[in-house]
Amino acid sequence: MRPILAFAAPLRWRLLGAGLLAALTEAAGLGLMATATWLLCTAAGQPPLIALSVAIVVVRTLAIGRGVLRYVERLASHDAVLRMVTEVRARIFAALADRPAAAPALRRGDLLSRMVSDVDAVQDLMVRVLLPMASAGLVGAAAVAAAAFADPLVALVLAVGLLLGGAALPAAAARLAARAGARLAPLRARYAVDTIDLVHGAADLAAYGARDRFEARGAAHAAELAATERELARRAFALDAAATVLSAATAVAVLVTGLARGVDGVWLAALTVAALAAGELSLSLLAAARKGAEIRGSLHRLAELLTAGGSGEPAAEPAGRPVPDGPLTLRLTGASVRYPGAAAPALSDVDLELPPGRHTAIVGPSGSGKSTLLGLLTGALAPDSGRVEADGAPIGEYDAQRWHTAVTGLLADAYLFHASVRDNLLLGRPDATDEELRAACGIAGLGEWVAVHGLDVRVGEDGAELSGGQRQRLALARAVLAEPRVLLLDEPTEGLDPARADAVLAAVRAHRRGRTTVVVTHRLAGLDTFDEVVVLDAGRLQERGTQGWVRAHGG
Amino acid sequence: MVVVARPFDPRLIRYVPSTRAGLAQLGVLGVATAAAVVVAAAALARALAAAVELRLDQPALAVFLLALAARAGLTSALGVVAARMSATVKASLRGDLLGAVGRRGPTWLAGQRAGELATLAGRGLDALDGYFTGYLPQLVLGLTVPVAVLGTLLLTDLPSALIVLVTLPLIPVFGALVGWQTRTATDRQWHRLQLLGGHFLDMVSGLPTLRAFGGARAQVGAVRRMADRHRAATMRTLRLAFLSALVLELVGTISVALVAVPVGLRLLDGRMTLATALLVLLLTPEAYAPLRAAGTRFHASMEGLTTLDQAFTLLAAPSAEPGRTTAPAARPVGLIELRGVTVTFERGDGRRVTALRDVDLVLRPGERVALVGPSGGGKSTLLNVLLGFVVPDRGQVLVDGVDLAGLDLDAWRRRLGWVPQRAHLFAASLADNIALGDPDAPRADVERAARAAALGPVLDALPQGLDTVLGERGHGLSSGERQRLALARAFLRDAPLLLLDEPTARLDAASEQAVVEATASLVRGRTALLVAHRPALLAVATRTLHVDDGRVRPLETQEPVAV
Repeated sequence: MRPILAFAAPLRWRLLGAGLLAALTEAAGLGLMATATWLLCTAAGQPPLIALSVAIVVVRTLAIGRGVLRYVERLASHDAVLRMVTEVRARIFAALADRPAAAPALRRGDLLSRMVSDVDAVQDLMVRVLLPMASAGLVGAAAVAAAAFADPLVALVLAVGLLLGGAALPAAAARLAARAGARLAPLRARYAVDTIDLVHGAADLAAYGARDRFEARGAAHAAELAATERELARRAFALDAAATVLSAATAVAVLVTGLARGVDGVWLAALTVAALAAGELSLSLLAAARKGAEIRGSLHRLAELLTAGGSGEPAAEPAGRPVPDGPLTLRLTGASVRYPGAAAPALSDVDLELPPGRHTAIVGPSGSGKSTLLGLLTGALAPDSGRVEADGAPIGEYDAQRWHTAVTGLLADAYLFHASVRDNLLLGRPDATDEELRAACGIAGLGEWVAVHGLDVRVGEDGAELSGGQRQRLALARAVLAEPRVLLLDEPTEGLDPARADAVLAAVRAHRRGRTTVVVTHRLAGLDTFDEVVVLDAGRLQERGTQGWVRAHGG
Repeated sequence: MVVVARPFDPRLIRYVPSTRAGLAQLGVLGVATAAAVVVAAAALARALAAAVELRLDQPALAVFLLALAARAGLTSALGVVAARMSATVKASLRGDLLGAVGRRGPTWLAGQRAGELATLAGRGLDALDGYFTGYLPQLVLGLTVPVAVLGTLLLTDLPSALIVLVTLPLIPVFGALVGWQTRTATDRQWHRLQLLGGHFLDMVSGLPTLRAFGGARAQVGAVRRMADRHRAATMRTLRLAFLSALVLELVGTISVALVAVPVGLRLLDGRMTLATALLVLLLTPEAYAPLRAAGTRFHASMEGLTTLDQAFTLLAAPSAEPGRTTAPAARPVGLIELRGVTVTFERGDGRRVTALRDVDLVLRPGERVALVGPSGGGKSTLLNVLLGFVVPDRGQVLVDGVDLAGLDLDAWRRRLGWVPQRAHLFAASLADNIALGDPDAPRADVERAARAAALGPVLDALPQGLDTVLGERGHGLSSGERQRLALARAFLRDAPLLLLDEPTARLDAASEQAVVEATASLVRGRTALLVAHRPALLAVATRTLHVDDGRVRPLETQEPVAV
């Protein structure tokens, strides 16, 4: 948790202020009941009215003050914590940006959204766990101090009661909540899979008459989940009851001790009521402890991500060798890649040369290593053995950011941002004019669509508001617009009908005439005009041919 | 989002009758709790009054302890009952929702709705916990405790009772007023907040692309600015939203001041005993506490009620699949005839579209008929009619002269082998996935079916072979392997009639080849209706029909098979 709390350091004054406000709010509530009790007990002795005037003002002030304090405290704490979350988000993003290797693991959508909600756990940690704990601690200490004025033994009794209710019970609640989470999570995950199977597999189940069997299994799992939830709820509520009983017992103990020690009756009555109110704080501490247990996993994952790297500061001066201007020759020599945990290498012993201006097609079934090969060229992957060089130097030695603009294109994980068509295109070349944007769209076969819809239309999250074909062509237009020294296209016409796919590919290649272009595809049509066709299968370079190869192989 | 303003949804009792008993228990416990609250306050007031005179009133203290212990136990019992209601309602609604899929047939769940239902039945209903354990007990106490407090005050101190009586309704009134005001403001902000919050996810999702264009590091500043705008917008909303907390807090505390000061003055005149005065002071805040607690849990409860509303709306949707008689079906499939079959659908926007228009079709035993045509033309609907997933609006499907509408659907489907465009794979072993229709099938048969469907190389590459357990939705298999698994199901079923819906869609060349070969061996000697685009698959058909705009006509031989 330390790496997360480090974010609190620059905000310590704001957070301290929020904590004090929270403590004052609770203290105002406590003080209100204690002062009112003092007021009544004193009034019963029928003193002159003037003896009560201060207490009357205090009661009225605290009554109004508590609400106002609560409001200000809520705003102050949320403001401070949201500032902290801002910084956490920026740092997480920087950490991810600096770690190319981490990206594939995060590609699955659920992991990603989990990470985003993990960031929100920081907010819960501050507002719903640490702040209530700090304010309850302060108020409890203040109540004990006030009791010490009356009598040290009474203070001790109160301190023991508050510690039991404010520390021991919440610790038990946290342990129980953690165990509950550990028991419920697998049951809930299992039931989530059941629902996915029953709903998304409804047609398969009906067609094969397996519906009743799966429904019975789901119902059994749901019943087990419900039984576990009920059992855990019983234990949690038992703790709540214990907290209430403990606070009552503490108040009684304070009263009895005070009487035995001869404390003034009026003050003792006020102290007893305050002890009762302070004991009720332990209920909010139980809630805080439970919340803390609930978000523990999120915070742990975040801390791991944060300690792994990323300073959050803007990129330093470019490091590494500058990418030479002019033509670039890329060469793979005996390059092999094996993903961690994979049985077979994704690429083994591949030799390939990409001299300036050559158009190369890489074909092969899915899983044959085509995208891995592109990953080597972009520098996203490093070979486990062999060399990947540009103009004789390993590409890892070039300045990474410049390399990315020199060798790029439409890669397998191309993403469209939830922004306008223009913004998505400008990512390829930030200084492009509208004419250049339209020209790139024209080459990618999206010219008519852009003419109708314009460049300002938003594309939805990952292009969700576009059809598959439009999405693909927009990503292709962005790659074309980037005008890299070496253009890499991973299945650029996926999702287009064959006629349009051929037309788009021809237009892109005409535009790239004389400049190095690599196209990965599993379609054999239209390949006969490439300068070189490379066939990959199971990570090995099976065949290579020049023009006319495809014709000879009946493609 | 539909906001349900009622604190309790009456449909709950209709769908889950046991909630009526739960509510009754909550009511009884609520009344008992209120009694415990009054007794505890009275006992404590007596003990404190005695303490002021430096007397130890042991019986009063004992009663106070007992009453508070009873109150704690009763509150826990309220929570336990509420938690039990929540668990029961969740389990029951889950069963109903998933059962509804079964009753209404798979076509009821088109696209978006399937995802919504799966989420709702899975994690969505867990939002009910907040409503049941957080809100509902407080709501019950918010009715019983104020009544008990007011009753006691009326008997002991009329002026205080009047103050509480006047200020108490301010909590729901102000709460509703402020809540209503903040809701309109919140709604306005909500869209914006989601845009910004979603933006972070968007940026992170697109990281590989940002990196590919050399821009990832440059975006850190943008993320920080975006998160900062998010904070500013959130704070604007919170400034309003926290007003409700301010009002709820103020009404409670100010009324304590309003009661305490006049009571103090009456004590001064000797018109009241100290025990009574302390009772009034201790009881007054109790009247406000449950309503305030309910108010602070308002948002969590809203989420629960919205979830309930979604569940009930889904359950109330009209049924598409009528009940059936269970006339026995003749064993082998002979002549299948569609006579004037018309199918219409209601689309998401409420418009009715016609998927099939007056289709006549005769399928003779041993025939293998290919269906071609543009997507959306009605090919899949035709298969769905034969599967019994869709009931024709007009016309009949006759199996050996018997109307399909009168057949036992399960028995009929046992004679069908179905290979959909994208089969659902279950989070179970490969063997269980293949033996979906016959869990007791001998191992050897399952293995034979798998090999017939060209899954042999896949099985041999897996250390655990057929016992390999797949992840959620068959995670771990490629699309080609999934299709071969779907074919293996059909092989194992060994059905006389096969319905194949583009088994080679979205496959690369190598996988397509394997699937085409397996399909060809599957349909040999059986009656088959297959939707096909690729020429390789058309070769296995004995004749080809063109389906477009819901109409079916034979394909002229000269006509190109292009789509």
